[in-house]
Amino acid sequence: MQHQNVYSFLLVLIGMSLAGVIYLGFSSTWSSRSKDYQGITILSKSEISGEQRKCSNSSSGAKENQKILYLQSPQGLLYKQPTVVGPDGPVSLTPWLAPIVWEGTFDPTIIDPIYKQKNITIATTVFALGKYTQFLTAFLESAEQYYFVGFRVYYYVFTDKPKEVPLVKLGKARHVVVLNIPSSNRWQEITLRRMKMLENLIEDRLAFQADYIFSLDVDTKFYGRWGVESLGRLVGVIHPGYYQTPREQFPYERRLESQAFIPSTEGDFYYGGAVLGGLVKDVHELAKTCREQLDIDAAKSIEAVWQEESHLNKYFLYNKPSKLLSPEFLWQDFKAKTNEVKIIRFSQVIKNYAAVRPNP
Amino acid sequence: MKLNRIFILFILLLLGILFYGASYLGYIQESYRKLQIQITDPSIKTVLMTEEHKDFGLRSSPGFLYSQPSLLEGRTDVVSITPWLAPIIWEGSFDSTLIDSIYKQQNITIATTVFALGKYTRFLKEFLESAEQHYFVGFRVRYYLFTDQPEEVPEIKLGEERYLTILKVPSLDRWQDISMGRMEILEKLTKSEVANEADYIFCLDVDTKFYGPWGVETLGRLVAVIHPWFYDYPRDQFTYERRPESQAFIPVGEGDYYYTAAAFGGLFKEVHELTKYCRERQSIDASKAIEALWHDESHLNKYLLYNKPSKLLSPEYLWRDISSSTRHVKVIRLSHVAKNNVEVRPNA
Repeated sequence: MQHQNVYSFLLVLIGMSLAGVIYLGFSSTWSSRSKDYQGITILSKSEISGEQRKCSNSSSGAKENQKILYLQSPQGLLYKQPTVVGPDGPVSLTPWLAPIVWEGTFDPTIIDPIYKQKNITIATTVFALGKYTQFLTAFLESAEQYYFVGFRVYYYVFTDKPKEVPLVKLGKARHVVVLNIPSSNRWQEITLRRMKMLENLIEDRLAFQADYIFSLDVDTKFYGRWGVESLGRLVGVIHPGYYQTPREQFPYERRLESQAFIPSTEGDFYYGGAVLGGLVKDVHELAKTCREQLDIDAAKSIEAVWQEESHLNKYFLYNKPSKLLSPEFLWQDFKAKTNEVKIIRFSQVIKNYAAVRPNP
Repeated sequence: MKLNRIFILFILLLLGILFYGASYLGYIQESYRKLQIQITDPSIKTVLMTEEHKDFGLRSSPGFLYSQPSLLEGRTDVVSITPWLAPIIWEGSFDSTLIDSIYKQQNITIATTVFALGKYTRFLKEFLESAEQHYFVGFRVRYYLFTDQPEEVPEIKLGEERYLTILKVPSLDRWQDISMGRMEILEKLTKSEVANEADYIFCLDVDTKFYGPWGVETLGRLVAVIHPWFYDYPRDQFTYERRPESQAFIPVGEGDYYYTAAAFGGLFKEVHELTKYCRERQSIDASKAIEALWHDESHLNKYLLYNKPSKLLSPEYLWRDISSSTRHVKVIRLSHVAKNNVEVRPNA
């Protein structure tokens, strides 16, 4: 009798533990399954909810909401040149309604909290080859003072001399990733290769790690706030040397043979190649297109007058940026301040070309 | 004794099953984890790069204080942009040739809702005829007309690629209920099949008429229109709901602009969020027997204060009356038409 009681007790115990294990197993696989389920459905392109369908690859031909945000403009379309400085002072909207960011147009008190909530990551690429590594300290130190302060930033430093990358004290949630790339004998080639490097970096890493990306020249320094007012789908900066120049005098590539050719009747602004940015996906598109155009030119042994900047300008003319940064965001140290540019945030330092470039 | 042995064997068997089951479940966990890792495999990046992984709305916190943005004062060059860098559309701020060509390439469709219940059906003819003349001319437009009297809808000749769908809704006794009821209907509409048939949606009042061009300069993620009577008022005089008991309450000291509920729009997803918010808050108020001062417009203003629009339309886009004008409004595109409230509303 006693034995039977013990056994039945043991049986009940085992039964309960079995039930418990089954329940736990079931609930954990269910939750992990439902979390992974989203991933699995995307992979297998099976039934997705209405919202996700909009955003996933348009296998069914459904419109991609993101595409709507592109601003593609046909070649040969003629219209009055947009002004940067109007009769009442700097203009804050392009004719295609992209904001032009000047001091006074935005309120950091409003926009900083908006972006803080989104927990974004900003990737920032910079190329420091050969003697250009000497600019890194000032670049990084000033960036830590002014550039997206309080946000998560990953600097990607492309260099052929990783040992010369300085150790700069970084703030919280700020990281430097050093990428070793081959040297080059010509500064023109270095600048031309940037598009390919950018394209590859985005494909290899950034697609999942960052929301926005900026590609900046290294021979520069920050002097003032550069924050979330600069974020947008596709962002270009107005070149400080040409913001009051008529379009026929923009230093666009004017030879028909080059892919970067722009006729003298066309042009919105002259954008600086030292700064470009946007959503990772959109910058990828830009880098890829420019790289392809650069390759076509290279195959014909033609090099655009301002290298990748020429190709960038062509891209921006027909794929309009969704936001423009005023020349406050790209100045030149040797230029004096002007009436319109009341604050200088980022500027190219004075350098001795002969001393830093691998070739004249 | 034999019985004991059987029992022992039985228990051992059960334990065996337990262990097997536990290890099997562990295996499943592992394989799901592996699948999770697979998702980050770069070879499938092309699929995932188009996946929306973040919400890029412009949310702002209640109680957050800052100077009131101005439309008329400050740097005269900046009246066309809000402090959060959303464009404010005025005549002269955009080049329609340029933007039309940009959008024409994208093959877009604009859904447009309008509510005409009771005597409001009388406004339909002028609304639709003038829309055909001025509203997104040259683009594909789908009108969704909500009415309790489908037989009263006039025959309007529509242009090419312009479509009209009539949707019957129940009658209501109070114009306030009709106005607020729109939110629930729009909430449902923006989640329905209609969302697959258009890229943008605008919700317009029917007692209006187009007098000037309303085009693609108005398109954006979340678009609000500045109320024609309050665009030059200080924020403390905005007719926000000021009773803390209401969900639409906005304290004095807060506020960007006073927006009208007679016109708003954007992407379907965004308009859905807005209308859902308004409908929910209206319900909460109703359950406490409180009705916001300006009904759905009060709730709309609350939503837009904390979920900032990505584009604002100046009062050109919903004006007071065609016969009046101010020095700032150089073009009147859409305007309320004069009406006798007592005569046309179901209730006082």
